Amino acid sequence: MNIPYLTLILFLPVAGAIVVALLPKPEQKTIRSVALVFTLLSFFLSIGVFLGFDRSSAAGTMQFEEKLSWLPAIGSAYHLGVDGISLVMMILTTLIGVLTILVSWKVTSRPREYFIWLLVLETSILGVFTSVDLIMFFIFWEVELVPMYFLISIWGTGRKEYSALKYVIYTITGSALMLAGILTLYFSVGTMDMAVIAQTDLSKATTIIPLAGIFVLLLIGFAIKLPVFPLHTWLPDAHTDAPTAVSVVLAGVLLKMGGYGMIRFNVGFFPSVAEDAAPILMALAVVNVLYGAAITLRQTDLKRLIAYSSVSHMGLVLLGVFALTPVSLTGATLQMFNHGVVTGLLFAMVGLVYDKTHNRNLGKLGGLARQMPIVVVVFSIAGLASLGLPGTSGFAAEFLVFVGSFTSTTVTSARVLTLLSAFGIVLTAGYILWMLQRVFYGPPKEEYNRVPDADRVEMLCIFSFVAVIGLIGIYPAILTNVIQVGTRSLTVLVGAP
Amino acid sequence: MPYQLAWFIWTLPVFAFLAITLVLRPFFNHRPHWSAYATITAIGAAFVLSIWALITVLQSPDHLLAVPRIEWAVIDGFTIHLGLLVDSLTAIMLVVVTGVSLLVQIYSQGYMHGDPGYPRYFAWMALFTANMLGLVMADSLLFMYVFWEGVGLCSYLLIGFWFHKKSAADAAKKAFLVTRLGDFGFLAGILTLYFSQNTFDIEALRTAAAAGAIAGTTLTLAAIGIFAGAAGKSAQFPLHTWLPDAMEGPTPVSSLIHAATMVAAGVFLVARMFPVFAYSETALNVVAGIGAFTAIFAASMGLVANDIKRVMAYSTISQLGYMMLALGAGGLAAYASGGSLPIEEAISLGVAVGMFHLFNHAFFKCLLFLGCGSVNHATGTFDMRYMGGLRKYMPFTTLTFVIASLSLAGIWPLSGFWSKDEILVTSWNYIPVWFYVALVTVFMTAFYCFRAVFLTFSGEYRGGEPGAHVAAHSTPGHEQSHMPHESPRVMLVPMGVLAVLSIVSGWINLSGGFSSFLGHSAESEGGWLQTLFGVFTHPLPFISLATAAAGIFLAFAMYNRKWVSATAVGRAFSPIYKVLYNKYWMDELYQGILVKSFLLNGLFRGAQEMDADVVDGVANGIGNTVVGFGKGMRRMETGQLQGYAVAIAVGLVAIMLGLYFWT
Repeated sequence: MNIPYLTLILFLPVAGAIVVALLPKPEQKTIRSVALVFTLLSFFLSIGVFLGFDRSSAAGTMQFEEKLSWLPAIGSAYHLGVDGISLVMMILTTLIGVLTILVSWKVTSRPREYFIWLLVLETSILGVFTSVDLIMFFIFWEVELVPMYFLISIWGTGRKEYSALKYVIYTITGSALMLAGILTLYFSVGTMDMAVIAQTDLSKATTIIPLAGIFVLLLIGFAIKLPVFPLHTWLPDAHTDAPTAVSVVLAGVLLKMGGYGMIRFNVGFFPSVAEDAAPILMALAVVNVLYGAAITLRQTDLKRLIAYSSVSHMGLVLLGVFALTPVSLTGATLQMFNHGVVTGLLFAMVGLVYDKTHNRNLGKLGGLARQMPIVVVVFSIAGLASLGLPGTSGFAAEFLVFVGSFTSTTVTSARVLTLLSAFGIVLTAGYILWMLQRVFYGPPKEEYNRVPDADRVEMLCIFSFVAVIGLIGIYPAILTNVIQVGTRSLTVLVGAP
Repeated sequence: MPYQLAWFIWTLPVFAFLAITLVLRPFFNHRPHWSAYATITAIGAAFVLSIWALITVLQSPDHLLAVPRIEWAVIDGFTIHLGLLVDSLTAIMLVVVTGVSLLVQIYSQGYMHGDPGYPRYFAWMALFTANMLGLVMADSLLFMYVFWEGVGLCSYLLIGFWFHKKSAADAAKKAFLVTRLGDFGFLAGILTLYFSQNTFDIEALRTAAAAGAIAGTTLTLAAIGIFAGAAGKSAQFPLHTWLPDAMEGPTPVSSLIHAATMVAAGVFLVARMFPVFAYSETALNVVAGIGAFTAIFAASMGLVANDIKRVMAYSTISQLGYMMLALGAGGLAAYASGGSLPIEEAISLGVAVGMFHLFNHAFFKCLLFLGCGSVNHATGTFDMRYMGGLRKYMPFTTLTFVIASLSLAGIWPLSGFWSKDEILVTSWNYIPVWFYVALVTVFMTAFYCFRAVFLTFSGEYRGGEPGAHVAAHSTPGHEQSHMPHESPRVMLVPMGVLAVLSIVSGWINLSGGFSSFLGHSAESEGGWLQTLFGVFTHPLPFISLATAAAGIFLAFAMYNRKWVSATAVGRAFSPIYKVLYNKYWMDELYQGILVKSFLLNGLFRGAQEMDADVVDGVANGIGNTVVGFGKGMRRMETGQLQGYAVAIAVGLVAIMLGLYFWT
C-alpha cells in the first residue's frame, strides 16, 4: 500500500508534457495520443482513489496522505492528501483533463507547445486540490497562471492579449493578498500544514492582525477566482477569447479553485469569522445569481452568454458555502462538480457549433436542428442540466443548495436570500431556452446546409459528459457520500449537530 | 394487486421511451410504426395495471394500496426516499391518464401518419405520459417535483414539435417559462414545508397540517406557493397566457395536455395537498377567487376567438377555473358553515367536487380536441371562418363533437351537467358571490362552444383556408383534397369511445359512489335512476340548465339562423369586442411591456451597462491609472546624471530641514 497514488495522479500530466517535449518527430497525431494516454492514466488512478476512499463515519478526513520533509526551517513539507471535497475536485479535474484533450483533437497550430501547456495546466490545478501544505498550495495556485497566459494569448481569438493579461492581473492581485494572508497565518500558528491549522482554534491563537483581516486577505483571492461580484469582469473576456478547450478548463475546473479555497480556508480555518461574514457573502451570492442571469439574458455572442451564465451559477456555490449547513456545503461542492461538467460541455458544444458554422452570433445562427441532429440533442441536454431540470446533475446540486441554505439557522436572513437566488431558475430557463431557439430552431438556413454533424471523436467526448450528467442526476449519492466525509469535519466547527 | 406492479405503471412508458430513442429510432428508422406500437403497448399495459390498481384500492378498507418506499440517498442526514402513494385520488387519476393517453396514442397513428418526426413524437408522448403518471403516484413533494418538471419539459418538446416554425418554438418556450414562474412558487412552498416539518413526505405533511403543526403564516405562504405552481400548470390567471399558444403542437398533443396530463397536474396538486390549504382561510379564498375569476375571464375570450383550437383552449382554462373554485368553495364550507361542518369533511367535499369535474372534463375535452384534429385533418385549417357545412362530409366527427359540446355546456343528462351542477351547488352554499360568476360563465360556455359547432359544422363549406396557414399546419402526410372527408377509422374509434364516456361518465356519482370513494359521503336519495331524474326536484339545476340552453339558443340564432348578424353585434359592442379579441392585451403587457421594455431593455440593460462601464470600467480605470503613473515615472528616469544630482541635492536638503524642524 505504498504506492504514491496522489503523486502519480498529480505528475502524470506533466510527465506527458515532458514526453511530448522530447518526441523526436513532433507530429500532431502522436502528440495528442501521448497527451490522451497520460491524462487517461491520471484519470483512472483518480477513480481508483475514489473507489478506495473510506466513506465510513469513522474515516479520517485526510486520506491517501503522503508527506516528505521539504523545507523544515519554515515547517513546510511535500504534503499531499485528499478529503471528500478535494477528492471530488480531483476527479473533476482529471475527467475534464481527458475531455479537453478530446476537445483539442483537431488543434493543429503549434500542437507541441499547445498540448504541453494544457498538460502543465492540469498538473497545476491538481496540485491546488491535493496540497495539504500552504506553500505548495500557493505555488501550484501561481503556476497555473503561466500556461493559462500562453494558451489564451497564443491560441485564443478576438482581443486575446487583452483578455489574457486581464486574467493574469486579476489573479495576481488576488494572489498577492492571499500570500500576505498565508504568511500572517503562518506567523500566527507556526505551521504550514493545512490539516493542522484546520484543527486549531484560531480564535484562541495570538495573531498579528485580527482574524477577520486574514479572512479577508484570503477571501479576495478566492472571490476573484470564483468569481464574486464585483470582481468578475475578467471572466467573460477570458472565457470568450480563450480557445475552446481552455474555456472548458476555465469554466470546468479553474473557477472551482475559488470555491474550494473558500471552503478549505475561510470556512475551515475561520468558522466564527465565516459565521459573521455569512450574511454579507450570501447577499453577494444573490447578486451573483440574479445580476449574472440578467446580463446573460442580454448577450448575443454564444460563448459570452455561457460565460456570464457561469457568474450566475457560481453564485449558488457562494450561497451554499456560506449558508454553513452540512447540506448546503455538500450542495455547494456538488454544484461545483455539476457546473464543471455542464458548463464544460456547453463550451465544448459552442466550440463544435463555431468550428462548423464559423459563427457565434445568435442573430446569425438558426435552424441548425435539422442539419446537426446530434449536436442539438446534446446541446439541449446540457442546457436542460444548466437550468436545473430533474434527472440531471444540475437539479441535484441546486436543490441541495436550496434546501441546505433555506434551513440554515446560523444566518437569519437565509430564507429570504435563498428564495431570491431560487428565482434564478426562472431567468436561467429564459436564457437557455432563448439560446437553444436562436441556434437550433426556426427554418433551416441554406448557408448551413453542408454543415457536418459531430464526428466520432466529438461524439465520444460529448456523450461522456452526458453520461456523467445523467449519472449524478439520477444517483447524486455517488458523490455526496464522499463529499460529506469532507464537510462533516467543517461543519462540526460551525456548530452544527 | 402485488404492490411491485404499481411501479410498472409509470416505468412501462419510460421503457417505451428508452426503447424508441435508443433502439428503434437509431436502428429501425425504416419502420416508424414500431415506435407507435411500443408506446401504445406500454400505455395499454399501464392502463390495465391502473384498472387493477383502482379495483385493489376500491376493495381495500382504507382505500390505499401500500407500496413500501425505497431509500435512495442519504445526504448529511437529509434522506431522499422514492415511494408511491396509491390512494383513491391517485387511482382515479391513473385510470384517467392512462385511458385518455391510450386513446390519444391510437388516434395519433392516423393524425401523425407520414410525419418525418413520427418516432420522436411517440417517444415524447410516452415520456409525457410516464411523467404524469409518476406525478400522480409520487409520495413525496420532492419526487413529485421531479415529475412535475418532467411534465413541463415534455410539454415544451411536444408543443415545439414542429420546431422549424417560429410560432411553435415561441409557444414552447412560453409554455415552459410561464409554468416555470409558477414552479418557483411551488419550490418555495416545498422549501417552506420542509423547513417547518423536516420532511417532503406528502402523507406526513397532510397529517401535520391537520394536526395544526404547520399553522399561521407559514401554512398560508406554503399553500399559496404551491398554488402558484398549480396555477402555472393549470393555466390560471395570471399565468394562463401559455395555454392558448400551446395549440402550436400537434393536435393530439393539445388533446392530451388539455385533458389528462399537463393542466390536470395543477388541480391534482391542490387536491393532493388540500389539507395544507384547508386550514388557511386566506389560501382557500385565493384558490376559489382565482378559480372563479379565471373561469369567467377565459370564457369571455373564448367568445370571440376564430381559431377552433383557441376556443377550446380558453374553454379548458375556464373549466380548470371551475375545478379550482370547487376546491376552494368546498374547503370554505367549514368556515362558511360556522363550524358545523368539520374541516376534514370540507376537505373531502372540495376534493370530491373538484376531482369529479376533472374526471368528466378529461373525456369531453379530449374528445373536443380530437374533433378539432379530425376537422383539421380534413380542411387543413383551424380557422372556423374557413370551415362550415362539415356535417355533410364528416357525420361521425360532427356527432361526437356535438355530444362533447353538450357535455361541456352542461346539458342534462350528459356528464358535464353533473359535475358542473355540484360545483354550482357548492359555491351557492358556501361562497355565493362566486356562484353568480360561475352562472354567467355557464351561459358563456354554452354560447362559445355552440358558436364553434355552428360555425364549423352547419351552413355551407367555406373551402378551407388557402395559403400559408394550410402549409404551416398540415404535415407532409396529410393529403389535401379539395373536398373535406371523414377521418380514417383509427382516428374515429377513439372518438367514439370518448363520446360514450362523455355521456355516461357523470353517472358514476349518481348515488354518490365517486364522492364516497374520495371520502365524501353525500346524502344519497335512493337509487341512481331516481337521482338521474330526481335532480330536478331542486331549483338550481333548472337555473343552470336554462342558462346553458339560453347560451346555445343565442349561438343558434347568431350563427345558424343568422337572425342576428354576428358582425353587427360585434360592431355594437365594438370596444368590448376589441378587448376580448386582443385577449385583454395580456400578451402585450407581459411580453412587450414587462419582459421586453421593463426587464430586457430596462433593468437588464442597465445591469449590462453598469457591468461594462462601472464594474469593468473601474477595473480598467485602475489599470490605466497605474500604467499612466508608470509612464509619468518613466519620464523622470531620463538617464541624465545632472538631473539626478539635482534631485539628490534637493532631497538631501529637504530631509535635513525636516530633521531640523522636527527635532
